[in-house]
Amino acid sequence: MADVETPAGPALREEAADALRRLQSELGDAIVEDGIAFGDVVVRVQRDVWKRAAEVCKDGLDLDYLSFIAGIDWMPAPAVSEEGSGDTSSPAQPKEQTYGAAGSAGRFQLFAVVESTRRKHWRVILKTDLPDDDARADSWVAVYPGADWHEREAWEMFGFVFDGHPSLRHLYLPSEFEGHPLRKDYPLLAREVKPWPGLVDVEPMPGEAGEGDEAGETA
Amino acid sequence: MTTTDLPSPGDLPEIEVDPAAFRHLADAQVNVELDTGDMVLNIGPQHPATHGTLRLVVRLDGERVVSADPVIGYMHRGYEKLTEFRTYPQITTLINRIDWLSSFANEVPFIHAAEMLMGIEAPPRAQYQRTILTELSRIATFLLFLGEMGLQVGAITPAFYGFRDREYVLNLIEAVTGGRFHPNFNRIGGIKDDLPWGWISECRGVMDKVLRSCDEFDDLVVGNPIFEKRTRSIGIIPQALGAAYGVSGSNLRASGVDWDLRRDGPKYLVYDELDWRVWTHPDGDSFARYWVRLQETRESARMVLQMLDQMPSGPLMAKVPRIIKVPEGEVFVNTENPLGEMAYYVISKGATGPFRTKIRSASFSNVSILPWLLRGAYVPDIITILASLYFILGDIDR
Repeated sequence: MADVETPAGPALREEAADALRRLQSELGDAIVEDGIAFGDVVVRVQRDVWKRAAEVCKDGLDLDYLSFIAGIDWMPAPAVSEEGSGDTSSPAQPKEQTYGAAGSAGRFQLFAVVESTRRKHWRVILKTDLPDDDARADSWVAVYPGADWHEREAWEMFGFVFDGHPSLRHLYLPSEFEGHPLRKDYPLLAREVKPWPGLVDVEPMPGEAGEGDEAGETA
Repeated sequence: MTTTDLPSPGDLPEIEVDPAAFRHLADAQVNVELDTGDMVLNIGPQHPATHGTLRLVVRLDGERVVSADPVIGYMHRGYEKLTEFRTYPQITTLINRIDWLSSFANEVPFIHAAEMLMGIEAPPRAQYQRTILTELSRIATFLLFLGEMGLQVGAITPAFYGFRDREYVLNLIEAVTGGRFHPNFNRIGGIKDDLPWGWISECRGVMDKVLRSCDEFDDLVVGNPIFEKRTRSIGIIPQALGAAYGVSGSNLRASGVDWDLRRDGPKYLVYDELDWRVWTHPDGDSFARYWVRLQETRESARMVLQMLDQMPSGPLMAKVPRIIKVPEGEVFVNTENPLGEMAYYVISKGATGPFRTKIRSASFSNVSILPWLLRGAYVPDIITILASLYFILGDIDR
């Protein structure tokens, strides 16, 4: 349990530490790791207790409100257009694969935020790792009915499968769509095909144009 | 043409239907044999009551809804992907366009998340101006709702009043930021410019107008027997179910849940320095949602008046490096936006742009309860329920 100031920001809020203690007593060894995200507690649980964690949160911890469920792909994005074409303005992310609060076992992770409408500052961030070749987890729809659309979104955007979901079908994208756009290896084609106009359209101001350039043109 | 000229059913040509055209499950629900009398009605994607491109596939038994399936995504712009290709200052331009009626309020949680990660805090005067502009966008958003909700039940006058008063507020926002709808005015570490000369007294006048027009809405709409008949005990959201669906904001408070992130969430902006209250209504029906938003408009106007009185002087920007690099870390910031809980989960890896941003928008969850909520409703009530939930398509589709 981390009760000290860490480089990653302030320590756990008192309520978050309390929530973590109660989750630990309920889930025990199924909690792989816990971490801090600016005072909020991040709890990484084993995949087979993913649904049980939701039940504990909703019934035992008074966390009655589902904020969202979403996926993370920790793979470093392939450098966009290293050949010099396309977009060079995108922020360069580190090349090595690192993980955020509470860590991760691999590339894919599922995370969710649950909150309480009755207690102040009472919220928990839950995470679970999904193996690359078997990215599936139990659906939360039976616990939080609002999970329905969030899981459909994670399914189409990341390719995560949710066992027990009533109808996993496309939410945003057309039915014929192939691929999982929010995975890091899915390129943003618009940026590949056409260079970022903000970069190519820059013309030097009249005063800034080097005299050497002009001389070169007239010569 | 008399009825005898119509072709008898036997003469109609057989139409070959390509099954691939009906791959969407909603389309597959068409009952071919027509033996139950069910009928599938497509509302939208272009329908005046949907404020954009929401499509509702409802299955009707007579006038009653058997099942409803909202089809969204007509306006999906992929902002979560785009944020991975932009720097932090560029992203505020994108997120302005999520909920385009209250763009300024959208910027606040994202900027706040970036500031938390960087360990800087905007100076008090900037915080006050942010709060004022956030509340002004709340008033503008709600005034449109207060007028439009009347329109959906057949009262045209409130719509004119709503649009008129909203214009005053939009003029105020434009005078400060230069943009009526997309201010892009927040900066990491503060705010771009100070209030223009004479703005404070102008704002006081407009807030008085808003308070007066709230009284007008009270007289015109709330006491109106037709309005009450169309909205009372229609579209009731139970407390626990609403929370489990992630319904937030005024929609949840109208179900009696006393929860407002401005008061109950971690501190953001200057709400703790103001004297205000959270309004709830125990009924949870369409009427309650209207009533709560009416009270919240008043409350916001009072908050703005208070802030104009106690605004401190001082700088508008904290010390911020020229190139904004956000240290490694992840943070979850949620704020009470006009439409409900707006949250960003920002994961940074120390670059000039975020590694992953999860955008949690209010309307998405508010609308996800529709299949449950519309079941058993009458067709004309679909429109009032949709209007009373008050969603913005950009906020659903992101």
